[in-house]
Amino acid sequence: MDQAIFYGLALIAIVGALATIFFRNAMYSVLALVVTFFAMAGLYLQLKAEFVAVVHIIVYAGAIMVLFLFVVMMLNLNSVNTIIRSNVNIKWIAVLVGVGMAGILGYGTYLTTLPARGVNSTENGTVKVLGKMLFNEYLLPFELTSVLLIATMVGVIVLTKKEE
Amino acid sequence: MEKSIFDTVPLEQFIILSLILFCIGMVGVLRRRNMIVVFMSIELMLNAVNLLAVAFSAHRGDPSGQVFVFFVMVVAAAEVALGLAILMMIYRNVKSVDINALKQLKW
Repeated sequence: MDQAIFYGLALIAIVGALATIFFRNAMYSVLALVVTFFAMAGLYLQLKAEFVAVVHIIVYAGAIMVLFLFVVMMLNLNSVNTIIRSNVNIKWIAVLVGVGMAGILGYGTYLTTLPARGVNSTENGTVKVLGKMLFNEYLLPFELTSVLLIATMVGVIVLTKKEE
Repeated sequence: MEKSIFDTVPLEQFIILSLILFCIGMVGVLRRRNMIVVFMSIELMLNAVNLLAVAFSAHRGDPSGQVFVFFVMVVAAAEVALGLAILMMIYRNVKSVDINALKQLKW
């Protein structure tokens, strides 16, 4: 059963990812990417990482994809979009590079001996455990994150402000 | 012994899956010329790495990997917000989101 769900979600994620890069219309790409993200959230749940799954849906499928959708709609590219024949060779080279990279990484995975399985506990992915880690061992990075977000916020406002 | 996904699906299959997703994202970055889609492909690559981190974290029974994924998400969110702001600025200046509009950056 677990196996069937894993393969189903993996298939949805891969098909969604392929759809993202092959759809001509950016709007469809965004929607396909949302499907991929939901499939990945399902995989996180299978790995018993509930907190990551929920944050993934809220941040990626919720916030980031809405931002993309917003930009796609605001630019309204479909009316402007002219189909320019691009260099076909480059497109095939890109696919070739991707497949080659997959081959190399796959071969590397095949050669590597994976670490032994640790003691696994269903507690690992809960808010309680992760929250304690975040506020003890990772307190400094966590606080620095807020500086990063403030800097980003100011940067975005400065960048998008229209010149007077 | 508690039931775990790794009883039926070995870790290798998670590695292969995130590897495939990463490479799809890479093909997207190399192939597409629409800046928005290139951004989405970068998101896809980041997500593939996140999946791998969570898989290893669950495999080892060590929650640190999941905390790390949390930080990657924060950085990705910041990156997207800034990237799209830059994209808006480029669009305002050159009225296009085609990467070839910025050819001069090559030199």
